[in-house]
Amino acid sequence: MIHFTVNGKPHNVDVPKDTPLLWVLRDQLQLTGTKFGCGESFCGACTVHIDGKPAKACAVEVGGMAGKSVTTIEGIQGAVIEALRDTWAELDVPQCGYCHSGQLMRAAALLSGNPKPSDEQIDTAMNGNLCRCATYQRIRDGIHAAAKRLSA
Amino acid sequence: MNTIQDPARRDFIKAGAALGVGLTLGFHLNSTRAAKLSIPTPAGEAFAPNAFIRITPDGAVTVLIKHLEMGQGVNTGLPALVAEELEVPWKDIRVESAPADHTLYNNLLWGPMQGTGGSTAMANSYEQLRKAGATAREMLKEAAAQAWKMDRASLKAEAGHVVNPATGQRLSYGQLAQSAALLEVPDKVELKAAKDFKVIGKGFKRTDTRAKSDGSAMFGLDLYLDGMLTAVVARPHRFGDSLKSFNADKALAVPGVKAVFAIPAGVAVVATDTWSAIKGRQALSVEWEPGPGAGLSTESIFSSYRELAKKPGAVARNDGDAAKVLASATKKIAAEFEVPYLAHAPMEPLNCVVQVKEDSCDIWTGDQFQTGDQRNAAKVLGIAPEKVRIHTMFAGGSFGRRANTQSDYIVEGVAIAKRMGVPVKTMWTREDDIHGGYYRPCYLHTLEAGLDDKGQPVAWTHRIVGQSIVAGTSFEGGMVKNGVDQTSVEGASSLPYAIPNLHVDLHSPKLPVPVLWWRSVGSTHTAFATEVFLDELAHAAGADPVEFRRKLLKDHPRHLRVLNLAAEKAGWDRPLPAGWGRGVAVHESFNSYVAEVAEVSVQPDGGFKVERVVCAVDCGTAVTPDVVKAQMEGGIGFGLAAALHSAVTLRDGRAVQSNFDDYRVLRIKEMPRVEVHIVASDAPPTGVGEPGVPPIAPAVANALFAATGKRLRKLPLGTKVV
Repeated sequence: MIHFTVNGKPHNVDVPKDTPLLWVLRDQLQLTGTKFGCGESFCGACTVHIDGKPAKACAVEVGGMAGKSVTTIEGIQGAVIEALRDTWAELDVPQCGYCHSGQLMRAAALLSGNPKPSDEQIDTAMNGNLCRCATYQRIRDGIHAAAKRLSA
Repeated sequence: MNTIQDPARRDFIKAGAALGVGLTLGFHLNSTRAAKLSIPTPAGEAFAPNAFIRITPDGAVTVLIKHLEMGQGVNTGLPALVAEELEVPWKDIRVESAPADHTLYNNLLWGPMQGTGGSTAMANSYEQLRKAGATAREMLKEAAAQAWKMDRASLKAEAGHVVNPATGQRLSYGQLAQSAALLEVPDKVELKAAKDFKVIGKGFKRTDTRAKSDGSAMFGLDLYLDGMLTAVVARPHRFGDSLKSFNADKALAVPGVKAVFAIPAGVAVVATDTWSAIKGRQALSVEWEPGPGAGLSTESIFSSYRELAKKPGAVARNDGDAAKVLASATKKIAAEFEVPYLAHAPMEPLNCVVQVKEDSCDIWTGDQFQTGDQRNAAKVLGIAPEKVRIHTMFAGGSFGRRANTQSDYIVEGVAIAKRMGVPVKTMWTREDDIHGGYYRPCYLHTLEAGLDDKGQPVAWTHRIVGQSIVAGTSFEGGMVKNGVDQTSVEGASSLPYAIPNLHVDLHSPKLPVPVLWWRSVGSTHTAFATEVFLDELAHAAGADPVEFRRKLLKDHPRHLRVLNLAAEKAGWDRPLPAGWGRGVAVHESFNSYVAEVAEVSVQPDGGFKVERVVCAVDCGTAVTPDVVKAQMEGGIGFGLAAALHSAVTLRDGRAVQSNFDDYRVLRIKEMPRVEVHIVASDAPPTGVGEPGVPPIAPAVANALFAATGKRLRKLPLGTKVV
């Protein structure tokens, strides 16, 4: 049994320790907002926060999660994600939308640490999150717009 | 081909009413997911004048979407057509995927077949859904007219209500739904004039953004049914190999693994959950029987293509006498172009959830070809195609991959679920996807052209060598003409430039590598070859690339208009910083016209960056202008991935690449600033999902030539000009 917290709720999971956190979230807890894209930490579709820091859930073994706190797209709260969701809607950022849970989790982590990122800082922070629809321009614009909204 | 079916058929009511049951029947979804999938419909009370619209007494207006939402915006553009004619506020519109049924949801540009592709969703729905909306509107007006004992013609529909302008009396659509449901469906309805549009062409938002921002959007991979198992399949890595034998002992010893068995695609490993299935497959030992792919490599393929290119192929177009005029031309230019195999690599790896019952089957998946998939699934089960219910989910990208006449990712899921007797999710890993074939074919192009003494092109010959996408499929009869697969030559045989002697021919060699349409299909490579080569002619003629094209496009006003608009907005004649270059390309695909001007900056070491792209598009009426812009932005980014990075190469018949580390796609750092300009038009709408893709590779290659003097004729270009 591995004990950890997901979106504020304690969970005990009984799976092999090498199971990636991604599959525990999806298959065991049915938090399907966290997506599978590559399984090798190349694409960022599975980005969650572990103890407040962005992490790729496909590359984290659940055995190392004991006592930690995970936040997923379903559970993230606060002014930063609200601002991002609002600007995402204003600019209609997603297309297929599959990668956008991960994009938003990464963007929220960026804005939490850097309230006014430059284009270059956005590109650096977001470069690990692939989008095959190439919504990148609107991702940049959405992050800038959310930063502006948060500073107003 | 372009006949528009009359959707106003009364028997659709039955289908519409049954749908609410259809979506919820039979399955106890895990409780956490149930709320998102089951859409309670008070069947029998709904007003469903046709297969596309359902209005319930609570006033909710639901539009059924016959196409797959894979990012291109059908869940927004199609309901907009209904909202326009039905006079419903945009915020009150809900959307729902239509069930698979080609008798109701035929693609009118292809049929009889339900399917999404070829940038046809808007083009084939434009009149159909406006008629559907107008029919419902008139029936609601009639219901109010009868209630008020008035003439329908004196009433108005506005904002979800029928209004009597004389008295100010109002009845909501919800109030009228039940009485409207009892009326005859009118044969003829008036559609609104473009000048009266309130929704079409205006600024309104996508219907799916919120769900795609909070994790609630349901993709195929997100479905979890009670008692569901998860399967992965071991398939031969080498194309053309087949299963010889396997030993399941170690796989079955992996905790969670329930079954291991052979299916036509390979060996299925079924487990309680994804990770156990993946580990089970890793533990499996399989021996493959070598097939015709043994020894096949990218080098051997192109070497055989070069031999083929020496011989004449099947003629796709022949104007004048290109060979003769070429022989006597003042100046001759020849070039060879090469493009690789490409995987679609949508972010959501392929998957499907299947439950097989005694005499029917349910499939949940992102699906571009419902009708063919019903047929192929039915064949596996020995049942009638209409007994296969396909529940179309959001697709996390597709780009053509889920439009497969072989239904590869569906039939294997059906075979597995049939054997297991419980719901099974069959899923692909990214490695399965990159190794899995159904690639955009690799192609070799050889071109020759002659200029006269004034620098005008007088002859052009173009030979294309590459696998046929439709050969051996159900599309072969319609799409291969005189030995020419139209999807191999589109964009080349339709070259718009005024060149009096023009010859295009094609070789379609067969290889054991399965191939498929990939976002913009033939134009992915013909636009690259023709638009770079035309640039070479402009250079040889000492002409400006835009001016050179203008002269040759004088009889093609729509090409000319996008070319001029892109050049103007880009500031074509404005000087650029040192080390920068500007390139242009213009191309029509799927009846939409797109010109793109790319600006690149090149560092002293040859490293380069695409800085800015200015795009002009003529897609007829832009129903959803912001979606049009988004599709151009995304098409440019998608095309740029292939222009710069992506390639599947073969070694001994196996794909060398496996995942996003070596099958590279575009990342945010490489995304240029894109500006999109839409040509104002009231022509019927054409598609936008694909046409943004073709011009970007040639525009970038031409910009790199302008910056460096180096002509690049092989994709991918890489990140450095050497």
